[in-house]
Amino acid sequence: MRSRLAGWAFLLPLVAYLAVCYAYPLFTNVDLSIRGYTVRSFVHGGAPLVGFDNYVTVFSDPTFRTALVNTVLFTLISLFCQYTIGLAAALFFARGFRLSATLRALFLVPWLLPLIVSASTWAWLLNSESGLVNAVLKGVGLDPVNWLTSPDWSLVAVTIANIWIGIPFNLVVLYSGLQNIPREVYEASALDGASGWQTFWHVTFPLLRPVSAITLLLGLVYTLKVFDIIWIMTKGGPSGSSTTLATWAYELGFGNMLPRFGPSAAVGNVLILIAVVAGLLYIRTQRRQELA
Amino acid sequence: MFPASVPTRLLAALGLVVSVTACSSTPATTSDAFSVWDPYPQFTAESEWAKTIDKCGTEAGVKIQRQAYDTTDLTSKVLLAAQQGTAPHVLVLDNPVVSTLAEAGVLKPNQDVGLDASQVSPNLAAAGVVNGQTYGTPIGANTLALYYNKAVLAAAGVDPASIKDWDSLTAALAKVKASGKKGITFSAIGTEEGTFQFLPWFWGAGASLTDLPSGKAALELWKSWLDNGYAPNSVVGNTQTTSWQEFATGEYAFTENGTWQLGNAKKAGFEYGVIPIPGRTGGTAPAPTGGEFVTVPAQSDKDAETKAGRVATCLTAPDKVLASDTALTYISAVPSVQQQQVSAQPELAVWVEAVKNAKGRTGDDLGTKYPKISQPLWGAVQAALTGAKTPEAALRDAQASAK
Repeated sequence: MRSRLAGWAFLLPLVAYLAVCYAYPLFTNVDLSIRGYTVRSFVHGGAPLVGFDNYVTVFSDPTFRTALVNTVLFTLISLFCQYTIGLAAALFFARGFRLSATLRALFLVPWLLPLIVSASTWAWLLNSESGLVNAVLKGVGLDPVNWLTSPDWSLVAVTIANIWIGIPFNLVVLYSGLQNIPREVYEASALDGASGWQTFWHVTFPLLRPVSAITLLLGLVYTLKVFDIIWIMTKGGPSGSSTTLATWAYELGFGNMLPRFGPSAAVGNVLILIAVVAGLLYIRTQRRQELA
Repeated sequence: MFPASVPTRLLAALGLVVSVTACSSTPATTSDAFSVWDPYPQFTAESEWAKTIDKCGTEAGVKIQRQAYDTTDLTSKVLLAAQQGTAPHVLVLDNPVVSTLAEAGVLKPNQDVGLDASQVSPNLAAAGVVNGQTYGTPIGANTLALYYNKAVLAAAGVDPASIKDWDSLTAALAKVKASGKKGITFSAIGTEEGTFQFLPWFWGAGASLTDLPSGKAALELWKSWLDNGYAPNSVVGNTQTTSWQEFATGEYAFTENGTWQLGNAKKAGFEYGVIPIPGRTGGTAPAPTGGEFVTVPAQSDKDAETKAGRVATCLTAPDKVLASDTALTYISAVPSVQQQQVSAQPELAVWVEAVKNAKGRTGDDLGTKYPKISQPLWGAVQAALTGAKTPEAALRDAQASAK
């Protein structure tokens, strides 16, 4: 009985933490999204329940389509490039050569920089008038590109910046994954006369699969909610061309003098839902792997 | 296993719970502290502004705690505080937000708290008028005009005095471009700043915010500047700060910018001048007013509201406001103080003139309708400048979503 009590007592901090920091905010966000809040009722209470009105407003808004497509493109392209470049770099550093530790540490810089610094730096580099990138393009005889101010390029520009920021994370996790692959497997494959490419494709890649899965899942969650980079570089513009669900939710709730909390919360919940689905998929594939 | 230590563990666990909950709740402001919130984080506790606040607190018999927020954060911070019943006693607030917070019931009308805005120019007080009641008093005002680089204009053979309307301005830009320099830079970013910068041209075309397509000529003017290379493509993403930085390179003939850049203009390292933004066919275009209002949020305690009214009155009193406006490089909202400013700094005359012609964004009885118009408008400006839509179609679509 007593040890039971102690057990519960140990559980209490965790439960309290989850309740205060996860359950309550989540509940509030759902509540916000099903009520018709005005600024007055936000302060004085008494916002009426409106069911799914806010969701209907959000889904029927032409911005929703743009934001959803942009979010999918931004996330998938970012993930693919971050993972492949990160893996390539991890394989490169795994060979262990002089200065490899120093170089690897330097690779972490993008991750260590505050986002406001890296996003502003990218915005300067990609500036149409005075940016370094356009100066280089001009130097090699190409036409300058309006990276941040053309609706055709703004999403590309923020995606490039996001890939750059995400590479170190992939590098670090995949590098430590590579360290955990037993040496003997490589020795065996070398004895069998496998080429470098065959070794990678039939030994390294399959053995790295669990680490790859968690890297990609974490990357997915991080990328879905990316807000700062886009907001600092383009504010989701020009005219909505780099708006994702995350920036749109912010814009609805805080980007205007007249906050629209209901629709903003609804967009936020859609994002959460996408992340949860991805998490469930991960758990399912992991279970299948364990069974196999 | 170690029954003796169970109480200790319990205590430790409880301690954790307490500390977790303690961390998650925001510290409540103590009830005896009198709070003033402002959007001037650039002013430290040693600044003239902070000293003025302390002085006004002493005069009203209260000890003031000042809290400075970034202006974009302030609205949501105040809304949350008002929801929790911890709104500040005195709130210094960007003028277009006043009507929104007044309608939310966060602010007290002036007559209830003994605040008086009758000394300030009516065009400046207008942003605080909601349903016939005035909320708060402007601490000062800023607005937009055209800064020009004297050397660039001289090299291009342009006399700034010849710029009287849009045609003469565009002709000047053509001459500047022909001389190898850049024409004009401004901010057309997809935020309130973009609308703020567009409004002088929009109103200068005789357009009204309730009929966005009537401002077609203004949007066509901006678009033609971009198409002809008189304005850089970067304006689409420029904030007013980044467009100022472009001007500060010395490459540009003009920038549309605000009173608050006067301090930076003196540090730019080249001779500059200022002309009012011309209307389409001449005269001075009405520019939007910027600047903050000193307001009194509603409290459960009537006595605190009265004291807050006294502090607010003191902060906007003609003898105090001169120092604050000088520090902010604002033009005073009180005509007599404006005269003092001009006699101390003659170069402010053009800005006083611009402020006299300026118009509140939430005026014309727009109030809380303004944000719903402003957002589609900046979207239309961006859509037209990037070529996604024609100016006419962009404004027509904006009008449709402004309802």
